This record gives sequence, C-alpha cells and structure tokens, in this order.
Amino acid sequence: MNYNERLSGNEAIAFAMKQIDPDVMAAFPITPSTEIPQYFAQYVANGEVNTEFVPVESEHSSMSACIGAEAAGARAVTATSSAGLALMYEMMYVAASSRLPITLACVNRALTGPININNDHSDSMGIRDAGWIQIYAENNQEAYDNFLQAMPIGEHPSVRLPVMICQDGFITSHALENIVLLDTESVKAFVGEYHPEHYLLKAENPLAIGPYDLGCHYMEHKVQQAEAMKNAKEHILEIAAQFEALTGRKYGLFEEYRMEEAEVALVLIGSSAGTAKVTVDKLRARGVKAGLIKIRVFRPFPAQELAQALAGVKALAVMDKAESFSAHGGPLFAEVRSALYDLPSRPRTVGYVYGLGGRDITPEQFQEVFVRLETIAAGGDLGPVYMHLGQRG
Amino acid sequence: MKENGLVEFRWHGRGGQGAKTACLLLADAAFSSGKFVQGFPEYGPERMGAPITAYNRISDVRCSIHCNIENPDYVVVVDETLLDTVDVTRGLSQEGAVIVNTAHPPAQIRAKLRGWTGRVCTIDARRISESSLGRNFPNTPMLSAAVKISGILQEEKFKQDMEESFQHKFSAKPQVVAGNIAALVQAWEEVQVG
Repeated sequence: MNYNERLSGNEAIAFAMKQIDPDVMAAFPITPSTEIPQYFAQYVANGEVNTEFVPVESEHSSMSACIGAEAAGARAVTATSSAGLALMYEMMYVAASSRLPITLACVNRALTGPININNDHSDSMGIRDAGWIQIYAENNQEAYDNFLQAMPIGEHPSVRLPVMICQDGFITSHALENIVLLDTESVKAFVGEYHPEHYLLKAENPLAIGPYDLGCHYMEHKVQQAEAMKNAKEHILEIAAQFEALTGRKYGLFEEYRMEEAEVALVLIGSSAGTAKVTVDKLRARGVKAGLIKIRVFRPFPAQELAQALAGVKALAVMDKAESFSAHGGPLFAEVRSALYDLPSRPRTVGYVYGLGGRDITPEQFQEVFVRLETIAAGGDLGPVYMHLGQRG
Repeated sequence: MKENGLVEFRWHGRGGQGAKTACLLLADAAFSSGKFVQGFPEYGPERMGAPITAYNRISDVRCSIHCNIENPDYVVVVDETLLDTVDVTRGLSQEGAVIVNTAHPPAQIRAKLRGWTGRVCTIDARRISESSLGRNFPNTPMLSAAVKISGILQEEKFKQDMEESFQHKFSAKPQVVAGNIAALVQAWEEVQVG
C-alpha cells in the first residue's frame, strides 16, 4: 500500500491532488509554486482526473473561484506563493468566515520588497490571522502527508475551515528526495467524499453565502469561527492518528526531537528544523541536553501543549523565518513566549529572525545559538531577546 | 567518508546547459540503486548563461539537513569558462575530485584551480555530445564522469537504470535514447584523472 518514489515537494503536492481528484482547481502561476498547477494541468489534459481546472487571471480570482466552487458544494483546491497569497488576502478572509474548507498549497516565498523569489515565511505569516488552519512541512514527505490530511481536517462538521498546507519554496518544493507514497485507492478512502450539510446547489434548502452582517450578528459569527478553530486542534490529532494507522507515519501538533530532559532547545518551523536536527544530534553525542520542537500546526496555535513540552527547558531560542517589524521579535516568538507565560517556572527565552529571502542556515549557525543557550542555562546574562541571525555586517 | 556513507556533490554550470537536469538525473540514478537522495538547485536570477549551482546528497539514510553544501566530496564543472570567475574548489574535500568539462588535459586545468592539490578530472563532454547526439548537451557525459569518478554506483546497474530512464524521458523521441547511451558509455571510458 505504501511504495517508494522520489519526488520534489511540488511534484508530491501535485500528485496528492491527482490522487484526491478534487472537483475544482483554480490557480494562477507564481514562482516557486508554479509547478503544482503546471503538473496538475497535465493530469487534467491527460484525462487522469475529473477536476474542472480554472486558469484564472490572478490569485484574487483563483481564491474567488475556489470560494464559488466550495460554496456550491464542490471540493476546491489552489496553490500559490508570496505575492500571489498577498493578492488573495481579502478573499482568504471571505473563505474562512464563510466556513468553506478550501485547501491551499502554499509554497513559502518572501514577500516583496526588495523583490525576491526565495524562501522565508513572510507570506503565510502575514496572513496568519485570516482564519485558516496552517500546517507546515519539513520536507516533501510531510508536505504530501499533510496535504492528504487537509480535507478530512477542514471539512469536518465541527471545524469547517479552510486549510493551508505550507512548505519551503525551492528548499523542499524543488528538491528531489525519496518519498513514500500511498496507493490512490487508499488515499481516496482516507480523504473520503465531500458531503457538506449546506451548499448553494442544494435546491431543497436555498441559502445565501457571504451576505452583509449587521453589528447584531457579526460578533456571534466571529465567535463561532473562533470556536471552530479551537475545535480543530483535537480533530487534527484524530486525523493524524488515523493517518498513522494507515501509513505508520506519526504526526502531532508539533514534533519533539530529542526533547527528553532537554535543558537547551529551539522552536522553529519547516525545513530548517531538519538542518537543526543535525546540530542537536552532535550536541547530544557530546552529552549536551539539547533538543528542538518543530511546529507543524501554527493555526490553531498549540499553546498549552507547547508550554507543557517546554516546561523543563532552561534556555530556549525561538527561530522565526519571518520579520514582523514589531521591533520586538517575530510572530512565532510572540506566540511561544506568550504560551510560556502561565508556567510557574519558565525557560529563559530569546528570539532570532533568520533565513529571510532564501538566506541559507547551516548546522554551524544553530550550534552558535546553542552555545549562547548553554551560557544562559548556566545562569549567564539573557542578553538581547530580539536578534537577527545570518546577516552580514 | 562522511557518516552513513554520505557523499556530497556540487554542480557548477550556466543557466540553460542542463546542470540542474544532470543533478536530478544523478539523484534519480542513485535512488534506483536504493540510496537516499537529495537533488536541488540553488535558485538566483533565472536567466540563460548566468552561473548556477546545484547540489546532491547521496546517503544510506535519509538526510534531514536542508542547507547548501559547503564541503562537497566532488565538484562537477559543466562550463569551463566558470573557472575564471568562480572558486569551484572552495570547500572541496582533498580526498575528492573536481570534474571539468573541457577539451584540455588535467594538468592544464589545474593551473586555473587556485592552488587546488587534489584530483583533477577532465572530460570533453561537448565533443562527446556533439558526436553522439549532434548537439551540445553536456549533462549526460558529465553525469557519467561524476558517477565513475565518485564510485558511488555500480557500473552495470547505473548504465541499465539510465537506459530505462532515457527510454521513459524520451518516449516521444526514441532516436535520442541511443545517442544518450552512447554518450554515457563514451564518457565513462574517456574521463581522464590527473
């Protein structure tokens, strides 16, 4: 049922979409996610899927087309990056607040300017509060596995939210690596059919989607949306358990890597976590109690679970691949440090912004961060909590 | 030898020459031999003729590392004019080798390598490609030379896998398959070590 292949991250997503065979794909090409609609369009042209492919004129339109399709009762997908995601901004909120479980493959790329095609998380971090579930991948395997879990998560009646499956542009989207794939029959059985309770084409129950909300109802709708996001956490774990039963691959809200009795630790997202694992292994071999936590699910944010996992850590670095210009640290830093606030005894925590616009990060640089954390853990000065890593000068 | 049999390659070429394709072919071939692979380009300005870099990690276990390769075991230079502007042997392992696409012998290439004392290998991929394929597609001969010099794959298995891969890749133009196989075999025989 599982079989070995080698695919790039983009190929893996396009292949997952092919296996799922959604009703509608609407997309506009943008580097580095272009290959996803490109490969998928070939599947459509070859008659390998039954999907209606809508080649739109912009990302605002691709998200709009997905909203229309999903509201009509269909299952809709799209893919984008960077400026494309930014152009969807308004419609992303419409999708989430209309409770339309669209699936979006986000291939993370820096936002302009200066114009840049390479990876960081500024695109998806910029839209983190639009009400979409956000799930991040370290490599092609996780991108594929997460995409297969997206629809069962988002379409569940207690959730009904759109889901964004993120991976690092070029670093994983264009890297050919080994991958274990699931046969199409198993994928279809796992993902299931989409049977929404309410939809526009349901003749016996006419409804409007996306109308004006007066002040007397708007807040109630927002609270329902917030409750759905809270419900999503438990449901993400249920789907992960089902996925593990099927594939043997285990997923949670985050991955704890060598966190047993860890005294110094990192929290980070995406492919860099794989690079940092090399550093953690080296430190552990030398007897340093180092570990890391890789965030998989950023929305909903696993605050209580993280606090529990980090409670015993003495010194912690939270690594952001996005600048938020708060003058006080990146978005992940803000979330993690806030999550730690309720602990009776908290890790001493610093934040780093790194890897912007494709700036490479190496095991040696993570090593430098751990050296600082060891000093802090031993009672040394905390020093500045908001730093950048890897820039010249 | 690095941990877990890891062997790392860095490719230097110019946009449009197929260095990225050769890098992906190497990953493909190593995958077919049961290895864990990474093949990835470093993307900058995408334009014809601009210097590009691509990387391979070939290992007995899955590599979690996802940064560029600073200390490769082998460097493959698809365009020898890059030797004037790029320090291609930067970080290269002394036990490894640099493999250059050139009509010149290794001794003459060494003079351009900024004091590099390790192995220098040369292959006239342009001539091989033009004679077997009628056009300058240097990536197949360069791939062949890289596999032979590094010794990472078993010769017969590699050639057999590549033939299948070419048949699949060029299913619409089967006349190209024989030319690519000829280029592969010729490069395997002709690569010089100095």
